[in-house]
Amino acid sequence: MTAYLQFQSVSKNFPGVRALDGVSFKVKSGEVRGLIGENGAGKSTLLKILSGAYYPTEGKIIINGTPQDFQGTRDALNAGVAIIYQELNLVPEMTVAENLLLGHFPLKRSGFIDFKKMESIASEELSYILEEIDPNKKIKELSIGQRQMIEIAKALLHNADIIAFDEPTSSLSDKETIRLFNIIKNLKDKGKSIIYVSHRMEEIFKICDSVTVFRDGRMIETFMEMDKVNHDLLVSRMVGRDIKDIYSYRSRPLGNTVLKAEKIIGPGLKKAASFELKKGEILGFFGLVGAGRSELMRLIYGAEKHSDGEISLEGKQLRIQSPRNAIDNGIFFCPEDRKDDGIIPIRSVDENINISVRRHSMKAGFFLNKKEERKTTDSFIKTLQIKTPSRENRVGSLSGGNQQKVILARWLAEDVNVLIMDEPTRGIDVGTKNEIYQLMYDLTEEGKSIICVSSDLPEVMGVSDRMIIMREGEIVDSMEKQDYSEEIILSKALPDIAGEKIPVLKKKEN
Amino acid sequence: MENTATIKPKNSILTISRNLWENSGMLLIFILLFILLSIFVPYFFTLRNMIGLGLSVSMVGMVACTMLFCLASGDFDLSVENIVAFSGVTAAVVMNATGSIFLGIIAGILGGGLIGLINGVIIAKAGINALITTLAMAQIVRGLAFIVSGGSAVGVSDSRFFILGNEQFLGIPNPIWITIVCFIIFGVLLNNTSYGKNTLAIGGNMEATRLAGVAVDKIKILIFTLQGMMAGFAGVVLASRMTSGQPNTSIGFSLDVISACVLGGVSLSGGVAPIQGAIVGVLIMGTVQNAMNLMNIPTFYQYVVRGLILLIAVLIDRFKQTNRKN
Repeated sequence: MTAYLQFQSVSKNFPGVRALDGVSFKVKSGEVRGLIGENGAGKSTLLKILSGAYYPTEGKIIINGTPQDFQGTRDALNAGVAIIYQELNLVPEMTVAENLLLGHFPLKRSGFIDFKKMESIASEELSYILEEIDPNKKIKELSIGQRQMIEIAKALLHNADIIAFDEPTSSLSDKETIRLFNIIKNLKDKGKSIIYVSHRMEEIFKICDSVTVFRDGRMIETFMEMDKVNHDLLVSRMVGRDIKDIYSYRSRPLGNTVLKAEKIIGPGLKKAASFELKKGEILGFFGLVGAGRSELMRLIYGAEKHSDGEISLEGKQLRIQSPRNAIDNGIFFCPEDRKDDGIIPIRSVDENINISVRRHSMKAGFFLNKKEERKTTDSFIKTLQIKTPSRENRVGSLSGGNQQKVILARWLAEDVNVLIMDEPTRGIDVGTKNEIYQLMYDLTEEGKSIICVSSDLPEVMGVSDRMIIMREGEIVDSMEKQDYSEEIILSKALPDIAGEKIPVLKKKEN
Repeated sequence: MENTATIKPKNSILTISRNLWENSGMLLIFILLFILLSIFVPYFFTLRNMIGLGLSVSMVGMVACTMLFCLASGDFDLSVENIVAFSGVTAAVVMNATGSIFLGIIAGILGGGLIGLINGVIIAKAGINALITTLAMAQIVRGLAFIVSGGSAVGVSDSRFFILGNEQFLGIPNPIWITIVCFIIFGVLLNNTSYGKNTLAIGGNMEATRLAGVAVDKIKILIFTLQGMMAGFAGVVLASRMTSGQPNTSIGFSLDVISACVLGGVSLSGGVAPIQGAIVGVLIMGTVQNAMNLMNIPTFYQYVVRGLILLIAVLIDRFKQTNRKN
């Protein structure tokens, strides 16, 4: 039953991005290894390679000394690897027992399912993880914590020796977290190799035997003894690099307040949010995933309706109920998820750029002015250097950076007061990133204002004049450029430091 | 500008022919089919048969215009066949009651439009799947057609009403003219107005379109309302041709319309809807049907052939799509 896991110079390239760069480390049997790093540091890419979902560009995974060649998730499963994700893969309408044995139902000789046997296997398996769950209950009747236990039981049922947890406590209560930790200790005693990915520093110290820090797709350092590290040391390893060059920040004089949001309340926010944006300013919003950054922006833009609060533009109170209202007031939004919320992949560059601005050029208020539209498209292809075979090309076939430029062109064609950019450079190569930053400075120098939302801390620090920090659905602080410090910002954005309790799901019910 | 100029593919004969196949593959198939049938099937290429062919596809053609918008937005409508029956009956009943042909026609169109409006509101505002909504509406409307008519055909005695369906203009029957005008109007709507472009955008990515400031709900409601009005008008034209409103007419018509569109390269998942594709699809369907009748192929076999053609067309489309990806 002893197993160990080894990554041997594992790399993964995506078009234009090196997501993982020569990662090598070893997890012993009975070891719990913590993985930490900022968003985009490469942790999830590594887990996806381990699960067989991605194929490494270079390097190998070695289990018990045998090099593995996972062609798909099934190969990884057969090799004894199980990944417990944040989002669970269970069928809500089926029972616990059915979920545990899905794909491997025990059959009677007649070919029908042997429900008795299924139930007995399930309850035996559940007894290992000390859960009093009726195997005949439907998954949808269980709490999220209980579902996670089922997922773990499923992993054990497949005789997994290598188990990776991806942010497992993000939706667990205190009690469920403690129970999870007990199970992990149990698994450790049985000689399993365990990988534990979390943003929560406190948990890393509580449960891990060793910890590996990732940054920018590279393994920065591994600490084999937890008593020789502390929180500050880990944070400084997670960040720490000279960021000035990529961003080439240009300062500029700021004007009066343009946009004012007061006590905004709506879905995704735990507390009312207020902030102000000045003319010509780039205001950064930083927070980890789930901090409510994007949710707040969607409320400002009218993508979601805010239930209370006031938004005003240059002193004039706005009534924003839909994106239309925001657009009519010169407020525009480049969404975080370009593919799902931004582009219309099967339509042309031309149509994607003109979808909104065309209303100003219509003939007789009804017919399209195609000549004018083509002129707009061609001028943006030129000024933003959009790399496309032609304006008739489908947007879906362009690279991420060029898709982002198309969305930018869509709004720059309008009369911009405020441009909200959510993760403006996610998945975009460094060269194009720089182009987009330069464009942001150009726009603000023309007197337009920008909100730059990002989970990439160096980016927010690099481009913004001022920063607002969010954590778990509320604004926790704001900071001027000269006070920026990665350590301080990160410690404010991290959910559980300085003796704060691990956040629980129940809080939401208040 | 250099980016656009340098990457442009060379206009070799190979790329031209590939583009032709990509964009008008079905048109080529139709032309080939038409030539072959003209040569090998007696009486096929005669004026009389051509007019008959045009008449036989006119109904499908009219409703295909609006179904095209439905499909372009990523939805579809299974209630059109029942709206055709309901509107025909309604028109006949109103004409008989008021003595006004004009009022009868308007009642048929608006009746259909009202049903489409209800479809649209349920689909857009309540977010109910179009399949379920229009399937349920289909049952309701068929029932209404029987209720309004009292269960049997409603004859119209005023012969001026028959001009719409039975008279000719320049030697071509009016229903064919009506279909041509419909295709022109909806072709312009699709390609030259923001209504058309926004419809395609909704089918391509609804959430992105909403976030781009397009009033998605309103457009969806408009699509279904126009669909209802067009089906209603087709019902009135049919009633005129048959000189009566018949409550049990046009069973299976909705799927004929959808099939014709898909055959012409309209994507069932939305976002891709060439109007010329819908025209070609309607023509292929009608031509094959017509030729099989001329060749005295028994009806039972005709069903099989029509199904096969649709399957093959969809397979070709899928093949083209996977090719495009690689």
